Amino acid sequence: MSKVIINREIVENRWTRVIADAEGGVSVPSEGAILVPYQYWLANREALAGREVAVCFAPDDEPESLPVDANTFSMIACDFPAFTDGRGFSIGRLLRVRYGFTGELRAVGDVFKDTLNYLARCGFTAFDVRADKDINEAIKGIDDFTEFYQSSVDVPNPLFLRRPVAA
Amino acid sequence: MYIYDDYDQKIVDQRVAQYRDQTRRYLAGELTDEEFRPLRLQNGLYIQRHAPMLRVAIPYGHLRSAQVRKLAELARKYDKGYVHFTTRQNVQYNWPALENVPEMLAELATVQMHGIQTSGACIRNTTSDQFAGVAHDEIVDPRPWCEIIRQWSTFHPEFAHLPRKFKIAVNGAVEDRAAVLVHDVGINVKLNEAGEVGFEIFVGGGLGRTPMIGDLIKPWLEPKHLLTYLNAVLRVYNRYGRRDNKYKARIKILVKALTPEVFAAKVEQEWAFEKDGVQTLTEAEIARNHRFFTAPAYETLPVEDAAFTAAKAEHPAFARWVERNVFAHKVAGYAAVTFSLKKTGVPPGDATDAQLEDVANLADRFSFGEVRVSHGQNLILADVKQSELFALWEEAKRIGFATPNIGLLTDLICCPGGDFCALANAKSIPVAQAIQERFDDLDYLFDLGEIDMNMSGCINACGHHHVGNIGILGVDKNNAEYYQITLGGRQGADAKIGKVIGPSFAQDEMPDVMSKIIDVFVAHREGDERFIDVFDRIGAEPFKAKVYEGKPIRKEKADV
Ligand code: HEM
Ligand code: SF4
Repeated sequence: MSKVIINREIVENRWTRVIADAEGGVSVPSEGAILVPYQYWLANREALAGREVAVCFAPDDEPESLPVDANTFSMIACDFPAFTDGRGFSIGRLLRVRYGFTGELRAVGDVFKDTLNYLARCGFTAFDVRADKDINEAIKGIDDFTEFYQSSVDVPNPLFLRRPVAA
Repeated sequence: MYIYDDYDQKIVDQRVAQYRDQTRRYLAGELTDEEFRPLRLQNGLYIQRHAPMLRVAIPYGHLRSAQVRKLAELARKYDKGYVHFTTRQNVQYNWPALENVPEMLAELATVQMHGIQTSGACIRNTTSDQFAGVAHDEIVDPRPWCEIIRQWSTFHPEFAHLPRKFKIAVNGAVEDRAAVLVHDVGINVKLNEAGEVGFEIFVGGGLGRTPMIGDLIKPWLEPKHLLTYLNAVLRVYNRYGRRDNKYKARIKILVKALTPEVFAAKVEQEWAFEKDGVQTLTEAEIARNHRFFTAPAYETLPVEDAAFTAAKAEHPAFARWVERNVFAHKVAGYAAVTFSLKKTGVPPGDATDAQLEDVANLADRFSFGEVRVSHGQNLILADVKQSELFALWEEAKRIGFATPNIGLLTDLICCPGGDFCALANAKSIPVAQAIQERFDDLDYLFDLGEIDMNMSGCINACGHHHVGNIGILGVDKNNAEYYQITLGGRQGADAKIGKVIGPSFAQDEMPDVMSKIIDVFVAHREGDERFIDVFDRIGAEPFKAKVYEGKPIRKEKADV
């Protein structure tokens, strides 16, 4: 089984990620916890009922369209097809701040050391680091920065509310 | 000036450590070119034509003398002894070795400088009026607001990988010297009738391939909402800006596609969720930032210094320099001085390490130890006593920064072009030089009055050619370098994109073409009319007729 980072620990990944093939087809294994594309889940909700299922948002998916309470899921993922596609940052933030999602928020796709700090600050608590990257090295990236100016999911108060200011 | 505390310093130091590690992993083969590229870009490191190029941030154009000395030292130690000041109030090193960049950044961090977000698809260095805080026509000092934006935008986690670069400019004066209308977000700081501060927010301006003037989407924003509102603008852009085509990825394309009204409505909708939230600026934070931008220890001086007046009468060359390079200050007896980095024969915007050392010393001696960079690629000492202008002028002459040409034809804006930039279609520095040489008669130049000439080596428009009264754009025609002319562009509150006048010219034709354009202007000029006013009055036709006189009519696709 592959490893993932969850809450700052490297652990076994118990979710099987299902990705659409080139024709858009999705083949779901018959057993186990599955992470499926959000659009697939939308279209196949009934068929998936009873399964342990998590959804994965693509960058152009809109969390606004979620027809159920986000906390129906124990895990939600966002796909970063390229780490330079920053839409998932906003999706993560919206899921946490606007839709109150408290479960595991996982970044999948082009995930490696240099984006973990930003991701963590947008509310991601789990990182499916690219298979060809060293996960032990990557985890250190979470703490590339330990002080921040602006509000974030992990430290909601911006620095100006935390900074002791001489009168 | 803003001074770092332990928090600011820690953030910059952690960046140095992060980048050191990224460079190490890249050199060890653990990061591919493709992975390293966006990472190094967000640290200001490009790979240019000859070597890497490091862009260092000068937030809203402000430097202390110690920082200027550090820039000089790095130019000597790691580069070829000079730097280039850019139209975005940044400074560039053209020849650093990639392996040395972490060390350069570590040295910069010791004087509170860095290369953070000077490039890449993120919120770039915020720019402003080079005369902020001292301008006689200032309504509100924009610098505290620039600093608040700087902090908010630095490593903003949600907006670290936007569809494209994102530039914010802030102006607080009557005249707009920050070019707010050609920025992704342009902010005018205003006062209402009750004397309260508020912001006018424009979005979707920008130059490059599709030049556009920004649209007003918020006529009045209360200061405390500045960051929550910007957050909303950026979130809409981050989510809906195009990512499929990098030429259509800037916010201006999204604003146009949606219409400014719809874009503004989307922003309002988004803003509603976070308005009055935790990022709402507090009185204390606003006051804290203002405390860094208080007036220096000005003396009480007469409005007009007698010795200064006498020196002007006695030395016509000094008077001429004062007329062009000295700007009216809001405090009696003081003036802001522009050092021209546009001496004929020197690439516009370049300064050597020795000149930088001199500038630092002059700043200490004459101007409270502070130096500024203008988007016209010149340096400024903002707080000089009138009584000392003569002495400063003599020093400026000595170091080659006293060319009295600010705002005149030879004070042209010019990108590095084909001499350095890998994207260039044509060289720009030799063309600038040839034009400067053609117009080297100062009396004539003075008579011509204010003319903005801006030149870019390619359509990316780093030299702002679209908003020059005369714009020059390097184009590639069958693998040869050609130059296309635009006329009628302008920046400021009535910013306008210039229009291409016709087929392009070869490099050696350029000085003649420029002479013809100027001749038409002179022939039609009434009194002291400015070039741009004549152009508005007579239109492009007389210029076209003269410039293309006797030329075979060629059809060429205009590439604006
Ligand atoms: C390594 C050298 C450089 C490269 C590769 C480069 C690249 C670019 C590109 C690709 C654009 C177009 C962006 C777009 O429209 O989306 C651009 C625009 C621009 N660059 Fe540069 N540039 C370089 C140097 C400079 C320098 C030296 C300056 C200042 C002298 C500068 C200032 C600007 C400005 C003001 C714009 C126009 C901004 C706008 O469209 O709003 N750049 N640059
Ligand atoms: S305008 Fe073109 S040639 Fe000039 S610096 Fe920008 S990218 Fe390079």
